[in-house]
Amino acid sequence: MSFPWANEYTPKAPLMQWLDERLPLPRFVYNAVGGGYPVPRNLNYFWNFGVLSGLALVIQLVTGIIMAMHYGANELVAFGSVEHVMRDVNSGWMLRYAHANGASFFFIVVYLHIFRGLFFGSYKAPREMVWLLGLVIFVLMMATAFMGYVLPWGQMSYWGAKVITGLFGAIPVVGEPIQTWLLGGFAPGNAALNRFFSLHYLLPFVIAGVIILHIWALHIPGSSNPTGVEVKGPQDTVPFHPYYTAKDGFGAGIFLIVFAILLFYPPNYMGHPDNYIEANPLSTPAHIVPEWYFWPFYAILRAFTFDFFFVPAKLLGVIAMFASIGLMFFLPWLDTSPVRSGHYRPMFKKFFWILVADVLILGYCGGAPAAEPFVMISQVAAAYYFAHFLIILPLIAMFEKPLPLPGSLTEAVLAKHGEHGAAAVPAE
Amino acid sequence: MATLEETGAQAHSTAEGGAGEEGVRRRDFINIAAVSFAGVGVVAVALPLVNQMNPSADVLALASTEVDLSAIKPGQAIKTTYRSQPLFVRHLTPKEIEEADAVDVATLRDPQTLEQRTVGGKKEWLITMGVCTHLGCVPLGAAEGENRGEFGGYFCPCHGSHYDTAARIRKGPAPKNLEVPTYSFTSDTAILVG
Repeated sequence: MSFPWANEYTPKAPLMQWLDERLPLPRFVYNAVGGGYPVPRNLNYFWNFGVLSGLALVIQLVTGIIMAMHYGANELVAFGSVEHVMRDVNSGWMLRYAHANGASFFFIVVYLHIFRGLFFGSYKAPREMVWLLGLVIFVLMMATAFMGYVLPWGQMSYWGAKVITGLFGAIPVVGEPIQTWLLGGFAPGNAALNRFFSLHYLLPFVIAGVIILHIWALHIPGSSNPTGVEVKGPQDTVPFHPYYTAKDGFGAGIFLIVFAILLFYPPNYMGHPDNYIEANPLSTPAHIVPEWYFWPFYAILRAFTFDFFFVPAKLLGVIAMFASIGLMFFLPWLDTSPVRSGHYRPMFKKFFWILVADVLILGYCGGAPAAEPFVMISQVAAAYYFAHFLIILPLIAMFEKPLPLPGSLTEAVLAKHGEHGAAAVPAE
Repeated sequence: MATLEETGAQAHSTAEGGAGEEGVRRRDFINIAAVSFAGVGVVAVALPLVNQMNPSADVLALASTEVDLSAIKPGQAIKTTYRSQPLFVRHLTPKEIEEADAVDVATLRDPQTLEQRTVGGKKEWLITMGVCTHLGCVPLGAAEGENRGEFGGYFCPCHGSHYDTAARIRKGPAPKNLEVPTYSFTSDTAILVG
């Protein structure tokens, strides 16, 4: 699809030839993730996380569809039916723990995938659309995860739903009608639970669709690589299969080992005990926190404790939280440096790691109670987050003197591995 | 069918009315008319599809609540429900009323006097929703021994909003005072909310 030297799909079996002439589906797969997709030869393990995200989605789809066979989306039975899955359904405990922890692992690999893109400048031309579609997937994931967390109808489910739909209530004039419309009532209830279940079942398939667009957009310029230097000829690439199916397979093995450790030993490590108490509209848990993957954004939401002119603090927090994600859609045009990889950008590299630390600090504050010193720390960290994208990145692009780039990515590989590397060039 | 004939007739007259010079053909008109008609159809179908998400009749039917006040002593409060959300009914002590009246209203984020927040001159009965105006948590302070915050009213544990003895926002992220629902006294010791 991307390069003229890509291997041609030539089915040998008569059945496959017959099929290829009528419905070239195997050809499509071969060109997308098979031997027909030439990939830069120097990808490191950070390039595993795209495939791992896909694997995490498959885990969620399989465990989710099975759990939907045992779950009842009604406020009277929802909590009980989840306990029924845990105690009575054969292997139900494993499916539910795999689904709950699978969500966390999905976010872990997606966050690594995003930060990989941030460091190596994967969002830059000509891959802006890959980045934008990736952000759409991320937003859909957050919506799906939020609605999924409401389904067990525990205390955190209920109050999470109330707080998050309350965000819409902050919008002037139309906010409250929107909130009531979203919930189908004045507070989360049966109507909300039912529609969240319906949408929670739907959105993963929408995500799968956008993933196809994401990969399609990626295959037009081809994959980026750690040097950020574009592929110049056939010597720079290897076919996706078997080279990267093998490398991704190894990564998938590590991923599954870590996943299994969490799943079978501390499966509730990332959960909240409060969610094992059935939803009670009259009692708020002492400390409402969302799941860990929302913490940085939750910290930004809570950082606004003061009014700004006529804009109330609540609305400011909501705007800032949505802006923190919305901002990312403009990233390809905020970072104007033509050099992609952070390896060749000495100033950018330092600020990248400061941003990573900043997001981790925001995450920590988002999980902490709303008290000092966390409020103050999250205010500073939130301000820095916006400054990084809006001020620091454009300024670096203006003043930074990048290191000299290698002539080609093969040159970079050979310089790194010497003669030994040259001998290992595949005879493709 | 009537519409089709009508648009046909109009298009015909437009075509005859010197449209040829401006390049607007009968077919352009039919195009616009057909797409507009389909657009109206889409909106007409979309409205019920969107509106089905609004509260249903059974949810709206639970829209009023009666509360008996006789057992609530000064300084006490109870939690009940109104529209499936918590409702705080609080019997203020004379000291709490005095504290609420002593505040300069102009300095408040959401300026209201205790008088304005109670009904029929019964300033000792403070009836508010138990829903923090920030993001909708239930504030503490209605039950015995709960944290009432720095101003002796209610305290929201979610994001640290402090309300005073008239349930007015004094500190923290909430933008408004706790909402006072519409209610009336049906007798000296009973109210009807909603």
